[in-house]
Amino acid sequence: MIKKTKLQAYNSSTFLAYALIAPAAIYILCIVAWPLFETIRLSFTNSSLAGEDYVGTKNFAKMLSSTKFNKIIIRTFVWMFFSVLLKLIIGLIGAALLNSHLRGRAAFRVLVMPPWIIPIAIGMLGWLWLYNGYFGIIAGIGMRTGILDGPFGFLAYKQSAFISTIISDVWVGTPMVTIFFLAAMQGVPKDLYEAAYIDGASKWARFYSITLPQITPVIITMALLSAIFTFNSFEIIWILTEGGPRGATTTLIIDTYKMALGNYKFGRGSARAVVVVVLLTLFAIFYLSLLAQINRRVANE
Amino acid sequence: MNKYTIFQKILLYLSIAVFLTFILLPFVEMFYASLRPLKHLFRSPYQFYSNDLSFWAYSEMWNTVPRLGRYIFNSFFLASCVAILTLLFVIPAAYSFARFNFPFKNGTLYLLLAVNMFTGPVLIIPLYKMLRALSLLNTYYAMIVPGVAFLIPTSIWLLKSYFQKIPIELEEAAFVDGASRLQILRHIIAPLSTPGLAVVGIYAFIGAYAQQFLFAISFNQKKEFMPLPAGLYEFIGYQTVKWNEMMAASLVGILPVLLVFIFLQKYIVEGLTVGAVKN
Repeated sequence: MIKKTKLQAYNSSTFLAYALIAPAAIYILCIVAWPLFETIRLSFTNSSLAGEDYVGTKNFAKMLSSTKFNKIIIRTFVWMFFSVLLKLIIGLIGAALLNSHLRGRAAFRVLVMPPWIIPIAIGMLGWLWLYNGYFGIIAGIGMRTGILDGPFGFLAYKQSAFISTIISDVWVGTPMVTIFFLAAMQGVPKDLYEAAYIDGASKWARFYSITLPQITPVIITMALLSAIFTFNSFEIIWILTEGGPRGATTTLIIDTYKMALGNYKFGRGSARAVVVVVLLTLFAIFYLSLLAQINRRVANE
Repeated sequence: MNKYTIFQKILLYLSIAVFLTFILLPFVEMFYASLRPLKHLFRSPYQFYSNDLSFWAYSEMWNTVPRLGRYIFNSFFLASCVAILTLLFVIPAAYSFARFNFPFKNGTLYLLLAVNMFTGPVLIIPLYKMLRALSLLNTYYAMIVPGVAFLIPTSIWLLKSYFQKIPIELEEAAFVDGASRLQILRHIIAPLSTPGLAVVGIYAFIGAYAQQFLFAISFNQKKEFMPLPAGLYEFIGYQTVKWNEMMAASLVGILPVLLVFIFLQKYIVEGLTVGAVKN
């Protein structure tokens, strides 16, 4: 009897549980939660290095009425849409390829991951060289094959810079998507395939009617997760173009950063950050409820 | 049912080759560029062939970028500090999540995942003001303090799953036999969770190594404290960039991470995918 109460005390010490979490929780409250509220407060001020005054909703009025800002919002979503779409398509194809029963597939899986592991900033230094208009390999291939009739600075023109930054972002994000899809594909019960094989279904039919529906939850989760990452993407655009040329690659994150630490307009920068936070919160709620739903379904099965 | 015809096999391998080319081309081209003399690189259109490849750039880069050694040291130093601090915060918290039942446990765990979404630029203004008020701008602290917060959530999830694998009966038996919590921690938990701690430590190190750039360009202007990515970025802005040396230096910066990754890739995949899809 004594043993039992003692054990209960061991397993249900709520105070100790909270005490152990406290350091991490306080740290996150100071570095993430408090800044989040501070951002909201600052967005109603004209804060700068000189000081701050309360200005009401002036920052928001100014921001929302500017056509430039509206263009930035639209551009952000267009950029994000194409980037996420490409990541999902390439990731799905890549995962299907790596999932095939070929010699060397363990090695292929390892070879997919480097862009995910290395610091994005260093990867982008490499891409800067690839995109070099005179000496880069992409312009080189273009010129040699006659697609380009002369040097072409991919990051110097509005449209090509926009596309180039998307491609680099896809390069960074594809490994994660591929690995998740691959893991999901490998988790599909084998007997489903065997049954379909006996029924005479072709490889394509098996992929289309078994693999795809089975991994749909993962596809949706990854779409949301990479939408969040892409929306937050900063280093790729910053290193390749700093948001240029003439604003062609300025997404909401880049615009926020420029306003905040480029011009030290903390108030107006915070107003932009608040827009980012609102959008991210919507993504987060969507993502977490989806995740909880999937986990519940997995638990029920 | 998994047999392929020769034709299918060739097609599959070719497709994989195209896919991997997209992924690996930047690395291959960075390495190739680092081996070529500058005058070969500066030819338009691009020359696919060089006959005088050498590792010259790898020795010359230390002169071109005088602080290169310092940058590399900074990168390692910052990432190590962040990883160690992260572990210190995460170990007790993960243990608590793994072993205790308490109100709001699941909610807190999901809330932690949400923290992952509010990274970097969103919080940069208050963080900048805070660091300035504490006069921590342009110090190592400015790049360590914010970094830790963004690694804590995933690390907790990861370490929690390791702690859960240790049978609770071991602890209960020791407890009934009169061992104190501290003794249990030292003699049972610590030795059994060493592999898990190593994995989380490596995850935190790689994560910290990867996220240095933003905090460095935002909170630090002192060249002697710059980590490698930020230090090199500055050189790219110059009029004539010595691309072969830049690529050599970049690869040197990637190499440690790649080596760790190659040897521990199984665990790292586990770390990177934790909490995102399945628990």
